[in-house]
Amino acid sequence: MAVALPATPTLLARLRRYNYAPLAAALALFVISALSSPYFLQPQNLLNILRQVSYTGIIALGMTFVIIGGGIDLSVGSMMAVVGALTITVLNRVGGDVGGGSGAIAVAALASIAFGGLLGLANGVTITKGKIAPFIVTLGTFAIFRSQALYWGDAGEFRSTSAAFGEMGQGTILGLPTPVWVWLLLAGGLNVLLNNTRYGRHVCAVGSNERVAQYAAIGVDRIRMLTYVIVGGMVGVSAVLNTARLNSLSSTNFGLNYELDAIAAVIIGGTPMTGGRGSIWGTVVGAIILGMISNWLNMVGISPYLQGTVKGLVIILAVFIQRIM
Amino acid sequence: MADVLLKTEGISKEFSSVRVLHDISVEIRTGEILGIIGENGAGKSTFLKIVSGIYTPTEGRLLLDGEEVSIRTPAEAKAAGVSLVPQEFNLVADLSIYENVFLGNELRTGAGFLDKKEMIRRTAEVLASLEVQVSPLARIDALNVAQKQMVEIAKALAFDARLLIMDEPTTVLTRHEIDLLFGRMRALKARGVTLIYISHKLREVKEIADRVMILRDGAFVCLEDTAQLGIDEMARRMVGRELSQIFPAKRTGGDEVALRVRDLTVPGVIEGVTFDLRKGEILGFAGLGGSGRTEVAETILGVRHASRGIVEVEGKPVAIQGPPDAVRAGIGYLSEDRQGSGILTSHELLKNVSLVSLGKYLRGGLISARQERAAAQGYVQQFAVRTPGIDTRLEFLSGGNQQKISLAKSLDPGPRVLIVDEPTRGVDIAAKRDIYRFVHELAGRGVSLIFISSELEEVIGMCSRVLVMRGGRIVGQLEGERITEEEIMFYATGVKEES
Repeated sequence: MAVALPATPTLLARLRRYNYAPLAAALALFVISALSSPYFLQPQNLLNILRQVSYTGIIALGMTFVIIGGGIDLSVGSMMAVVGALTITVLNRVGGDVGGGSGAIAVAALASIAFGGLLGLANGVTITKGKIAPFIVTLGTFAIFRSQALYWGDAGEFRSTSAAFGEMGQGTILGLPTPVWVWLLLAGGLNVLLNNTRYGRHVCAVGSNERVAQYAAIGVDRIRMLTYVIVGGMVGVSAVLNTARLNSLSSTNFGLNYELDAIAAVIIGGTPMTGGRGSIWGTVVGAIILGMISNWLNMVGISPYLQGTVKGLVIILAVFIQRIM
Repeated sequence: MADVLLKTEGISKEFSSVRVLHDISVEIRTGEILGIIGENGAGKSTFLKIVSGIYTPTEGRLLLDGEEVSIRTPAEAKAAGVSLVPQEFNLVADLSIYENVFLGNELRTGAGFLDKKEMIRRTAEVLASLEVQVSPLARIDALNVAQKQMVEIAKALAFDARLLIMDEPTTVLTRHEIDLLFGRMRALKARGVTLIYISHKLREVKEIADRVMILRDGAFVCLEDTAQLGIDEMARRMVGRELSQIFPAKRTGGDEVALRVRDLTVPGVIEGVTFDLRKGEILGFAGLGGSGRTEVAETILGVRHASRGIVEVEGKPVAIQGPPDAVRAGIGYLSEDRQGSGILTSHELLKNVSLVSLGKYLRGGLISARQERAAAQGYVQQFAVRTPGIDTRLEFLSGGNQQKISLAKSLDPGPRVLIVDEPTRGVDIAAKRDIYRFVHELAGRGVSLIFISSELEEVIGMCSRVLVMRGGRIVGQLEGERITEEEIMFYATGVKEES
């Protein structure tokens, strides 16, 4: 006996399926922050929060794919340092002594994204073809990438000679900081990739049950490998924007702990560590939650040394709530 | 009359109001070897799980030495002297033999530390009594299968088991190892231990058991001295039932060959598998668990890699490196392991239906939600799937409805050859009938089917030709009148073999 069904799900069903817990948490934080300090609601503060989280937020978009596909990438922070070093080196080389214009910036940006993708590919190939746990492989490359950046820069700074690059990094478009635009546009694109293409569906299938995916004629290794290429590409984008912000980078602490913030944003955004499903917009909300927490801690004058404690507690709480829901 | 060790009175078991075991009353004698035989689903496993404390009976009593006992957990069973040697070994590979033997029951010294010396000594004693030449300190992963089997038995004996239940203990053993096992079983029997021996292999039951109990469809058929019962008679009593009207009229295939398989071999798994599947035919693959039926399917699908052999679809040879090649060649597979390799239970019905065939629904690289939903809706109606909606996750549907979605998933790419592996496993009778009807209709539409099943009844009811496998080879082919449960069992158990 067939049950008669409406062709599309009702609004209520859509709401239920959509994991609104991160959004609710963000709204609650927003209200708490607004009540804690009048400064919070000032547009400049809100834009600052967005700008600050956009760099790890971009990486978190790629991390969402990796985690949905059943993996993890611990190397993104170190990768950021080595890719950023390449960004500035290429920019200075192409731009010459006069400093790079938009042409040189474009070349450096494309080279950085390609390099990020390539390093991601190296992670992905080692994981899938070498059949080594992603945690181990990326723990290894976490050390390798940082050490390469340090060696390359002799543990010092990479400094850009291009004035235009720094201006781009500090710039805004229609009042919104450039990196925030890039972040939201990438989120829009990757959201479509996740939900409306064959690749996105296959990432979910592989993360949910690899054997079922294999039997369903899905190229499991290729799908997995590409998730690392995506996160590598995102590291490339983020490295360009982040080096532009300072117009320089320090090989010792550029990108330090970014992997933690990126993974935290994904988890707080409601994507389970076990993979199989997840949400790009959830990750965006997760990154904003992290930014608001830091902002709130600063506003109420809590020691910056305690920020890690609060972030840690929030991550654990987020996973606990996911489990009991 | 010999002493009765264990008596069951009216034991019944229900799972979610489905009765899987009806009113079993038997007396098991001290120091006997009792064989229990029956088809898959006959209730053998349920019965032994009740006796060993894994399940509690819905109705009925257990009497040990004439006194009622309530065995509710394996630990209680162990304390009562009842031990189960499971079909799947339950050993921790990283630990040594003595650590496994005493796992969960570790001996301690007065100071609270592990009394390794005593545990090693007692393990050595038990191993010696079983004539196993390995050190109690050897790690499990260094042992061969027969030795692991002995460790399982040692685990039971170290705690003075009086009743030792062995579930299909010989499946993974060679003939020589089986002889050794039987020798040790007889020695245990001589020491007064009672053994229950469950097996598919009728010859072995005939060889080792004093008495044999036959179960069918969860009910008691008979309990007789093995000497009184020939192998043929055992097979007959195991199956003997009328085929009901749940099967559609049989269909024979055309003359065209849809799938030609020659000498397909995966070393150690399947050997020289050769057959033709004709267009629109439903070709049965019968055999016992582990006989290689699923492995043939997995090799044709490309999940396993053949060392040699040819696969041709409609006259064209196909090189299958992996499942994508098989799907492209028009081969579909309905997995026997629904939750392990068939469907994504945590995903929506909709996404499962299009899992293999997603390419069909792409428009400019994006999934057309409208067409995908329409297709899922179509299958829900065609297969009478009971579901709140197509956005429901499959974990919330019953086994039968999950199976229908698994079938829809295999069908959606439009395969010309479809291999259905245990298509009705774990589904209720109504869903079974539906599935038989769909399979039959598919054949009518020119799809060629391989029908793998452990339920002989459905192989006989559905197929016009049946291949029987044993030990990774096709050992018999039955057609027409010759397709009977007895004949299939003769080949499957090795009583008969075609050269």
